[in-house]
Amino acid sequence: MREVYLDNYAATPLPPEVKEAMLPYLGDRYGNPSSLHSRGDSAREAVEEARDKVAALIGANAEEVIFTSNGTEANNLAVKGITAGSRRKGRHIVVSAVEHFSVLHAARSLEKQGYELTLVPVDEYGLIDLDELAAAIDEDTVLVSVMAANGEVGTIQPVKEAAGIAAGREVPFHTDAIAAAGTVPLDVGELGVSALSLSSDLIYGPQGVGALWLKRGLRVIPLLDGGVQEGGRRGGTENVAGIVGMGRAAELAAQNMAARSARLAELRDALIAGLPEKVAHLYLTGHPSQRLPWNASFAVEFIEGEGMLLFLDQRGVAVSSGSACTSRALKGSHVLTACGIPAERAQGSILFSFGLQNTMEDVDYVLEVFPPIVDRLRQMSPLYAKYLKERG
Amino acid sequence: MAQYSDEVMDHFTNPRNVGEIEDADGVGEVGNPVCGDMMTFYVKVGEDERLEDVKFKTFGCGAAIAVSSMVSEMAKGKTVDEAMRISRDDVAKELGGLPKQKMHCSNLGADALHLAIEDYRSKKGN
Repeated sequence: MREVYLDNYAATPLPPEVKEAMLPYLGDRYGNPSSLHSRGDSAREAVEEARDKVAALIGANAEEVIFTSNGTEANNLAVKGITAGSRRKGRHIVVSAVEHFSVLHAARSLEKQGYELTLVPVDEYGLIDLDELAAAIDEDTVLVSVMAANGEVGTIQPVKEAAGIAAGREVPFHTDAIAAAGTVPLDVGELGVSALSLSSDLIYGPQGVGALWLKRGLRVIPLLDGGVQEGGRRGGTENVAGIVGMGRAAELAAQNMAARSARLAELRDALIAGLPEKVAHLYLTGHPSQRLPWNASFAVEFIEGEGMLLFLDQRGVAVSSGSACTSRALKGSHVLTACGIPAERAQGSILFSFGLQNTMEDVDYVLEVFPPIVDRLRQMSPLYAKYLKERG
Repeated sequence: MAQYSDEVMDHFTNPRNVGEIEDADGVGEVGNPVCGDMMTFYVKVGEDERLEDVKFKTFGCGAAIAVSSMVSEMAKGKTVDEAMRISRDDVAKELGGLPKQKMHCSNLGADALHLAIEDYRSKKGN
């Protein structure tokens, strides 16, 4: 059976060049970057070389990049570390309503500790309301966090404008660029942000590595106390092989970004154009044009996401869904809710996330196998039966 | 998907008794699409109070569809009294178990069947 992997937001394949770069550090080039002997030097040099490459992807200074264990840790370090670093200045934080859980739940955790939290609403396309953002910032605000792009619905946020608003009020601005990195150009100076999170696995690096860029002078209290690794801002022995992989992935992403994005956008656009021709009552979620090149997300009316996912899996197609039934917490996606999508329609959420391994044949295959799956589930659906009766 | 038993996957992939009964003797509906699962059961009652036909329509996850299919199979041919005794646990057992988090929200098939039978009884009583 044909295998079509369209869940690249969950995991991406590791390119051979990245794997090759990592292998020596999983083999005979072992060593701890903190050691003073030659093996330590070699490991340290490898980590620093990777830091240069990651910094180059976002136009940053290498010494301002902190490696973490994943994107979630980078976001937690930004939200909790920056607020803790400015505890005496204030106790109010502002984040968008569509942030990833690693920002949103970190903010909720601070709320439980007595911080005040303001969620900035988004419009039907998932774009943040800049006026609401400006209105939310007050004397007590110590952090604003708005993601560069939302992986679930693909919407690219006006980060530069949002960061400008925060800068005008002298409030640190963090952006979670995990979903955007690798396919959307990011330059920390140009964007005017003060902190930016990255994850290795979203730029075709290995899982288990992330990075946080922090503008020089921005105080952060570590989440992990330990040795003086990462300038004392993140204790613990470095994941050398993983960091080397992330570095190589960042280098490849920087070199090939325009070509990669163009190719992915072509696949995305073919699916977004082709699917509504074959499936009625299908709604694109997220922004129609300010959109990540790899994201094609929809809400399919009258049916539920898990059924689509399981039937697609039986045809060799891997996707994800933001429906309540597919989440382990059994809660519908907060992103779709924030976009004002009715709960019942959000149950039919489906996300096709393209990757570098996909081809136009994959799109054709989905266009062939997916419409009959929708029909099959609709034939079982009491909501569709009701709709047909009401229509007459 | 590893979370489901082979029986669940079989009933989800090839659900039995999907559809509506035009001149049903009883109809029962449970759940709502907002929480993710909604089931409508139709029963046709024949001689000796036996369920001559049972059909359903379900909006929901794989477990919800498999549960509906299994309930329809278990109920068909039983007397209404017997069918009223089919419990949620019986259904889960017949399906080789259900994931813990699906036990409450998706395992509504028996409830929908019971409502359909109650609907039949109340109509008959009138």
